Amino acid sequence: MPVIIKNQTVISDTYTFYATYTEGDVLAKHSIIPVDDFLANPSLLEQHPGTIGVWLDSHHEPEALSPYLHQLAVIAVNFPSFTDGRGYSIARIIRERLGYQGELRAIGEVLHDQLFYLKRCGFDAFKLQAEKDPEEALRGFNDFSVSYQAATDHPQPLFRHRLH
Amino acid sequence: MYKYDAYDKTIVAERVAQFRDQTQRYLEGKLTDAEFLPLRLQNGLYVQRFAPMLRVAIPYGMVSATQIRKLAEISRRYDKGYVHFSTRQNVQYNWPKLERVPDILAELATDEMHAIQTSGNCIRNTTTDQFAGVAADELVDPRPYCEIIRQWSTFHPEFAYLPRKFKIAINGAKQDRAAVQVHDIGLHVEQNSHGELGFRVLVGGGLGRTPMIGTEICSFLPEQHLLTYLEAILRVYNRYGRRDNKYKARIKILVKALGAEAFRAKVDAEWQHLKDGPQTLTEAEIKRISQHFSSPDYIDLPAKSALLQQHLQQDPNFRHWYQRNVTGHKVPGYAIVTLSLKATAQAPGDATDKQLEAAADLAEQYSFGEIRVSHQQNLVLADVQQDHLYTLWQEALKFGFATPNIGLLTDVICCPGGDFCALANAKSLPIAEAIQRRFDDLDYLHDIGNLDLNISGCMNACGHHHVGHIGILGVDKKGEEFYQVQLGGSAYNDASLGKILGPSFARDVMPDVITSIIDVYLKHRTPEELFIDTYRRIGIQPFKDRVYASNN
Repeated sequence: MPVIIKNQTVISDTYTFYATYTEGDVLAKHSIIPVDDFLANPSLLEQHPGTIGVWLDSHHEPEALSPYLHQLAVIAVNFPSFTDGRGYSIARIIRERLGYQGELRAIGEVLHDQLFYLKRCGFDAFKLQAEKDPEEALRGFNDFSVSYQAATDHPQPLFRHRLH
Repeated sequence: MYKYDAYDKTIVAERVAQFRDQTQRYLEGKLTDAEFLPLRLQNGLYVQRFAPMLRVAIPYGMVSATQIRKLAEISRRYDKGYVHFSTRQNVQYNWPKLERVPDILAELATDEMHAIQTSGNCIRNTTTDQFAGVAADELVDPRPYCEIIRQWSTFHPEFAYLPRKFKIAINGAKQDRAAVQVHDIGLHVEQNSHGELGFRVLVGGGLGRTPMIGTEICSFLPEQHLLTYLEAILRVYNRYGRRDNKYKARIKILVKALGAEAFRAKVDAEWQHLKDGPQTLTEAEIKRISQHFSSPDYIDLPAKSALLQQHLQQDPNFRHWYQRNVTGHKVPGYAIVTLSLKATAQAPGDATDKQLEAAADLAEQYSFGEIRVSHQQNLVLADVQQDHLYTLWQEALKFGFATPNIGLLTDVICCPGGDFCALANAKSLPIAEAIQRRFDDLDYLHDIGNLDLNISGCMNACGHHHVGHIGILGVDKKGEEFYQVQLGGSAYNDASLGKILGPSFARDVMPDVITSIIDVYLKHRTPEELFIDTYRRIGIQPFKDRVYASNN
């Protein structure tokens, strides 16, 4: 059973990931489909008996999802390469601007040493590369105990809550 | 200068632990080369031609005597007993062992230093005027803003994997000594007519493969909005900057592709969401940081030291040095001293462990224990009593710091080049040395006057060749090292990019080429003209004619 890290715990991944979706395709109960295919078929939200999530690639504009946000169980953001940092901005916009409260999942080239930054930008779920040990990677969330700047996890910068 | 508090210490200590763990996982094979690469780069660690190179941050060029001693000690224990100061006001070790870098970082942390974000595709060390806080022409001390940006940009979670590196410079004086027009973001600190502080914001300047002068996108940004506005610029860049081609990935390419107006509109649209949010600076925070940069305990002194005047009259060598290496100070009776790291046959910007320790001693004895690193790769003692200049000069002479050449042709800005750097197309250090040897006559050198000679060993332009009055670029022609010459660049208020003189030259004729260029200047100049003025008046052709007539 594939696993993900969710809220800093390794759990089973109940979602099936689709690289494409065309109207009429049979979907698993819990499915994550591409954002463009979803936007072409938004009625899936009502018609599909299970839960629907979408995934964005790093060049996608998350703003297009705003009418559907409260109905999406999962939004996944793909990191085609771990050095492609667009997903960090996408995540902050989804959380801080669009106010999304559901699962925000990092997929693609997601590695131990990016987890701290990903978490700070609002991701709460992480699908690591298959060959990486997710239990060992959990340490990555605790690399730093304090941060200077505001982000999704700490909306106040250090200078607004420092003790001295 | 800025002193760490418990938060800063925690962050740096946790970084050391993080990098120790990353290095260990790499050595155990749990991290691939590709995975480790950005991690080590964001800790300033390159793998170079002969050994790794470790770049240590000197935030906006400010360093204490204690820190300088630590840098010297590290150079002895982990390296070959010398360091190199870079054009980003940082310091580099050329021979550390990869496995020992975590130990070096732990040593640095004990004296409030680190190597965070000194390389990689992230926000780099913010640079500023090496005379910040003491310059007579200063409007606002830029250092508190540099520190505010340092804290905001340190481990910024959103901007650790930008399309390319990102450099910010701030200037707060009339004269731009921080080259702000050739930075990804350049900030001029200004006061508006209501007495409020703020910034004129330029974006999209830079050197490298496609050199450009920055464009103004905001004429006055009130100071409290500094971080939200920077965040808006960085977010636009992070989302829309090119990632398909590393040579087209800097923000300048995005600004040019969109046009300055459209870029500004995107930033403004983004900023509307961030403006007045939690990252907006508070008065208390600006005050808290500014207190770290309050003036030292100056004593009341006459504006002109009689002792100094006496020594200037008696000792022509001292006078030469004073003319070039001493700058006016805003406080009566004080002076700013630049210790030259440009002695002939010394790699520009290099300093030995003994020199570092001597500089620390001089700083403690004469300048409140502080040193600055200039982007021209020299060291600065910013607060010296005029009465002490003569004895300081004699001390500086002993340690090879007193070459009276600041701002002159032999005060070369130069990258480490092909002797060390894996990126270089050609060596740069031997060119610098050959030219310094050619122009070893001090009277002649002083007569030529202010002239920036900048040398880069490749088009990444670490030696800022585009903005040298004379710029030299190492190029590779079928495996052989050649040198292209550019004229007319400037990194100051009148910033401009040099024009290529013509076909490149072999190494051995370079001193002759420079001599020919100088001859043309000396022949055409009016009494009040510097090299750059004459060049701008007569254009490139007379230089071209002369150089290619005599060096073919």
